[in-house]
Amino acid sequence: MERIIEQLPRFFTLDNMVLLAQSAGLTLAMTAMGCLIGFGLAFVLVYLRQTPGLWALPLRLVCIAYVEIFRRIPFIVVIYLVLFFIQTVTTDASLFTIAVIAICIYAVAYTADIIRGGIESVAQTQVEAATAMNFSRLRTMVTVVLPQAWPVIVPPAIAFAVSFIKDTALVSQIGVFELTFRGKELNNQGFSALLVFGTIAFCYFLMSFPLSMLGQYLEKRLGTPRGQRSARSIRNG
Amino acid sequence: MAHLAVSDLHARYGTVDVLKGVSFSMKKGEVIGLVGPSGSGKSTVLRTLVGLTPASAGTVTINETVIDFSNAASVRLARDQMAIVFQQYNLFQNMSVLHNVTVAPTKIKKWPEAQVRQEAEKLLAMVGLADKLAAYPDQLSGGQQQRVAIARALALQPEILLLDEVTSALDPELVNEVLDTIRRLAGEGISMILVSHEMAFIREVADKVIFMDEGEVVEEAPPETMFDAPTTDRARDFFGKILRH
Amino acid sequence: MNYTFQYGVVWDNFDVLMEGAWLTFQLGVIAFGGGAIIGLVGAAIKTYGPRPLRLLVDTYVVFITNTPALIQIYFLYFGLPEVGLRWSNEACVLIGLILNAGAYLTMILRAGFLSVRKTELEAGQTLGFSLVQQIRYIIVPHIAKSVYPALANFFIVVLVMGTSIGALIGVDELTGQAINLSTINYRWLEYFSVVAALYVVLTFVASIGLALLGRWAFRVRARIF
Repeated sequence: MERIIEQLPRFFTLDNMVLLAQSAGLTLAMTAMGCLIGFGLAFVLVYLRQTPGLWALPLRLVCIAYVEIFRRIPFIVVIYLVLFFIQTVTTDASLFTIAVIAICIYAVAYTADIIRGGIESVAQTQVEAATAMNFSRLRTMVTVVLPQAWPVIVPPAIAFAVSFIKDTALVSQIGVFELTFRGKELNNQGFSALLVFGTIAFCYFLMSFPLSMLGQYLEKRLGTPRGQRSARSIRNG
Repeated sequence: MAHLAVSDLHARYGTVDVLKGVSFSMKKGEVIGLVGPSGSGKSTVLRTLVGLTPASAGTVTINETVIDFSNAASVRLARDQMAIVFQQYNLFQNMSVLHNVTVAPTKIKKWPEAQVRQEAEKLLAMVGLADKLAAYPDQLSGGQQQRVAIARALALQPEILLLDEVTSALDPELVNEVLDTIRRLAGEGISMILVSHEMAFIREVADKVIFMDEGEVVEEAPPETMFDAPTTDRARDFFGKILRH
Repeated sequence: MNYTFQYGVVWDNFDVLMEGAWLTFQLGVIAFGGGAIIGLVGAAIKTYGPRPLRLLVDTYVVFITNTPALIQIYFLYFGLPEVGLRWSNEACVLIGLILNAGAYLTMILRAGFLSVRKTELEAGQTLGFSLVQQIRYIIVPHIAKSVYPALANFFIVVLVMGTSIGALIGVDELTGQAINLSTINYRWLEYFSVVAALYVVLTFVASIGLALLGRWAFRVRARIF
């Protein structure tokens, strides 16, 4: 305990704090990029998964298989797989890029189910009305289904992204200079592990807690009919 | 020449045969009332015509053009000429009343926007909803939504209007406003196939009544004959039960 | 891509991977079991406990669920020696996972507790049930059906995500063995692709087992896919 108190002034220097802030920023950036790109790709995956026709069966199966497989593999294994796979192709890729790709691959698998749940929550009769008026499948999806699926998709999607902030800690293993990596560095420099990792934990908390509260707030707002109408008016401007 | 000719139409849900050879024809401007017990396949006939339920056999001819339901382009042609109004109205919940009516003519038929908008406003005024253009479906009553649905179907300027039990989901006091709208359309000479349980109404507006049971057309006759003196036993049975009050 | 896959080494060392898989399974079960006990206690406190205790549980849950499991485990792994405790790597991971699982399970079980109507418990009280007996005989059977899918799903999460973190501090579960073997033979892609497949198989087996258990014990229809 005395050791920790003795270390405090050396630990909480401006330099260290700036370093921590930077690495926290990197953590957030990775999460945001990976989850956004993954979310977009997940839409494509879910759309492809619904392609009708017997000829599309292999495509549909591949889409299903992707989700079922990557949801069951630990993130650290995905990270390693992406790392070593990319390294056989090129040596130029930055660790940050590799991390974002790994996050993407993982996020696609998890958000695909969220998106599919949202799409399936829209009454089939809406789709029938559109089909009977000769709407193409794409147009139906974009103009009728997605606007109605949105309030069901966004809250769990945000919750997923926020919880992913914690999972990015694993990319410290391949040397990305994010928050956990800095923590290990500081510990190696001799600072007490209780002090270091306690502080790092607190940093994650500062990122995760407010955002998850925001997510819950959005969920409540999007859930009520009044909320949906104001969401609509925001959308239609 | 027949406007619409349905010949030996078959349809199945999974392993169940829902339509077992339905045939009838329709002249331009005719109003056909399609009646029968639940499960007789009346709604399925309408759904098959717009390609929502796949037809397993039979042909449908509109204005001399034969529709091939296994061909996507052919089905699109059928949908182009027939518009359906559903029992549950099925308005697009994320669009305003006006948008619901204008979206298909502008985006699918590619008609000029200003014109479509004008037409839409006229149609909505005709069904008595001129003041609800900016409202959303969840703000309207069932009867109002159904009238919007009718306006939406008419905005497509179809050859034939298909009405699938459009008053069955409505509270009794809202039924009449919808029937009034349909009555007016019938008066204007629009070709319609009307699936309904409102026997008095069908008797009033229909030129021909088709009675279906268990996926087949059992009898076809003008309203007076059908309701007062049906020739087949099944029809007599059905109307006897229904028309006692 | 100039890389020739050589899976021979992997099959030669398959038994080592199997040992790792077995450890993964054991860790998963113990972590989930320990976490479930904490979760039950935590949920009970949150529903029936006095305010200070409830606040304590809330703090615990909020802190654990907003910080990475890896950091929690590093805290134990690097921090315990500083207070004089030298526990094995496996122990650190296990304690860390139990504490982590306990927080999430508190949340899951609390939702279940909330679904039990007060009147049912009052009936138990008038019959002379203590709180523990009420939980055991009234609440648990009542919520087993609604809570079981969430529990089964979380078990898979612990099994896959939780235990693999141990690899980063030298525990020889499945991922750990993959790292060990790869550093010897440098066949990272081969080992990790096989390990990935093993995780998928492991989770399918666990899912099916849980689904069957659910149907047999609780008459719950849990989904496998």
